[in-house]
Amino acid sequence: MADGGDAAQEKAASEKPPLVRFEAVTKRFGTVAAIEALSLDIAQGEFFALLGPSGCGKTTLLRMLAGFETPTEGRILLDGEDIGAVQPHERPVNMMFQSYALFPHLTVEGNISFGLRQENATRAEISERVAEMLALVRLQGFGERRIGQLSGGQRQRVALARSLIKRPRVLLLDEPLAALDKKLRAETQFELMELQRRLATTFVIVTHDQEEAMIVADRIAVMNHGRVMQVAPPPEIYERPNSRWVADFIGEATIVEGRISASGTMDSALGQLRVANTGGARSGDTVWLALRPEKIGVSSERLAGELNTVPGTVSEIGYRGDISIYKVRLADRSLMKVALANVGARGRALFKADDLVWVSWPPDAGVVLYS
Amino acid sequence: MSTQANRRNWGARLVVLLPYLWLVIFFLVPFVIVLKISLSQTALALPPYVPVFDLAAGWAGLMEFTTQLSVDSFRLLSSDAIYLFSYFKSLQIAAISTILLLAIGYPIAYGMARAPRAWQPLLVMAVVLPFWTSFLIRIYAWINILQRDGLLNDVLMRLHVIDTPAAWLSSDTAIYIGVVYSYLPFMVLPLYAALERMDESLLEAAADLGCPRWKTFWLVTLPLSLPGVAAGALLCFIPIVGEFVIPDLLGGSETMMIGQTLWTEFFSNRDWPVASAIAVSLLVLLLLPILFYERFQQRALEGGQ
Repeated sequence: MADGGDAAQEKAASEKPPLVRFEAVTKRFGTVAAIEALSLDIAQGEFFALLGPSGCGKTTLLRMLAGFETPTEGRILLDGEDIGAVQPHERPVNMMFQSYALFPHLTVEGNISFGLRQENATRAEISERVAEMLALVRLQGFGERRIGQLSGGQRQRVALARSLIKRPRVLLLDEPLAALDKKLRAETQFELMELQRRLATTFVIVTHDQEEAMIVADRIAVMNHGRVMQVAPPPEIYERPNSRWVADFIGEATIVEGRISASGTMDSALGQLRVANTGGARSGDTVWLALRPEKIGVSSERLAGELNTVPGTVSEIGYRGDISIYKVRLADRSLMKVALANVGARGRALFKADDLVWVSWPPDAGVVLYS
Repeated sequence: MSTQANRRNWGARLVVLLPYLWLVIFFLVPFVIVLKISLSQTALALPPYVPVFDLAAGWAGLMEFTTQLSVDSFRLLSSDAIYLFSYFKSLQIAAISTILLLAIGYPIAYGMARAPRAWQPLLVMAVVLPFWTSFLIRIYAWINILQRDGLLNDVLMRLHVIDTPAAWLSSDTAIYIGVVYSYLPFMVLPLYAALERMDESLLEAAADLGCPRWKTFWLVTLPLSLPGVAAGALLCFIPIVGEFVIPDLLGGSETMMIGQTLWTEFFSNRDWPVASAIAVSLLVLLLLPILFYERFQQRALEGGQ
């Protein structure tokens, strides 16, 4: 947490209490712990993502915030107050369900107004707010439609409008875009961000799609086995992962094991590697160097300069359109993933399989990890 | 190539034709026969009605046959209070029984649908279990329970609810008990099917939007289970209207449901035309709720798409 921007955020967070605070929350189903002694703060107005592989406990965490599950141990605070005993229907949070959970026997309008009707709002107020919500999700003129007559994308927007009409303190989104096709999902991600900024409501999104979490969220909590592995803004999660697990889970990374030498370099099976920042590791410590594929260069000649260079052979090439992934077999038989942008217009590969190449990266390209 | 396609076409047509063939042979033809008898007159003959359709008589015979048909039996049905009262009694018993069945069956089905998944097959089994004993034996068992020195009076007197044995048997109460007992599975199973497939996240969504549990039931659960309610109600109402065994064994002699009246006309009075007319009228009467249900289902299908 040495980064300047992060320090500023830490400071801002300490000035006012967080909107949501998980305090050493544990949730057990029988003997299985879904969440283990988890503590987490979410600030007012934040777009917060819970990211992790399936079964990591992210949905359980969200459902505890909604009130559908109660923590076995620990407390959940909303605005500084323990909401453990508050029933779901009395919490000032609303949820957008993964399957949308729209009421099939009601119209679009009936669905959107459902929450307001529970508060004894006046007829005029209801119709005004429904119209406002329909405009917000660009579904004007769809109020009388039945849910069965809507497309997947329209249903998603009805679900969003329905969960926003009560102006919740926190909006919970459980895999909100998982059912949309890729193109629509990409568009909707930006719409969600814009909406969140406009409403200044705190959004907490659960997703297993790291690209989605990176794009929409201000901060991401990466979870595994009921624990938070790292909480940070997306660039920090990607560039400064705090463990091999996070480095490997987020994006792609080649991880090289080594030992810090007396001169501050790293001794590894690939030779002596220069690293810009050992992050406080002392000589003799076992560390791992995580290298992102796009930060590594490939050349047919050995490059000179302040670079780490290692010889290898091109083993496999994966063409992805914008980039190609090269898997390079190194001297110690390990594979290193390198991403090269296909800048040439002809789509011609820069290298072929079995080409002898040199991979190189500057000392500040990798991250030194201790765990 | 084309002959092969033709053959396949014929096969497909045959498959479509089979259910229609079934309906024609086992429903339409018998119905036409019954309809024809209902338009005949009683006679001391074998069969006990005229005219009898005779192909050998030729065209003239057919003409004579048609002129002899009459709607006298139907006229009798609409003029004699006994029949009207019988119909009314049947509809009344069927309607009240259906309401009782709903009131008892809905909580049972709801409880089953909310029970742990692992228990549910067992609970369905428990509902279906009575079918393993003969229907008649079960009704006779009720005679035993309801009679003057039967189990029910025994228990009630021991609990000091009543001092002298009450007459349960041979009353409308006994009919209601028998009908509700016998038809409960037909009410519970469609309700259970409707409630069981309901998406649990809908209930969570309602709670999330500020709906307490009891209100969620009225606003979400009940409306979504209406197709099950309609199916269960029809599955019970229609056969109860025509019920014969239960009122005959448990009911009193002063009130007759339409099934009993029909039986009496047919076997005691040997008045086949009137008995047939009763049957035809009953069918027409019951067609109305069935048509209503069809419309309802059609709309539900369109809405759900």
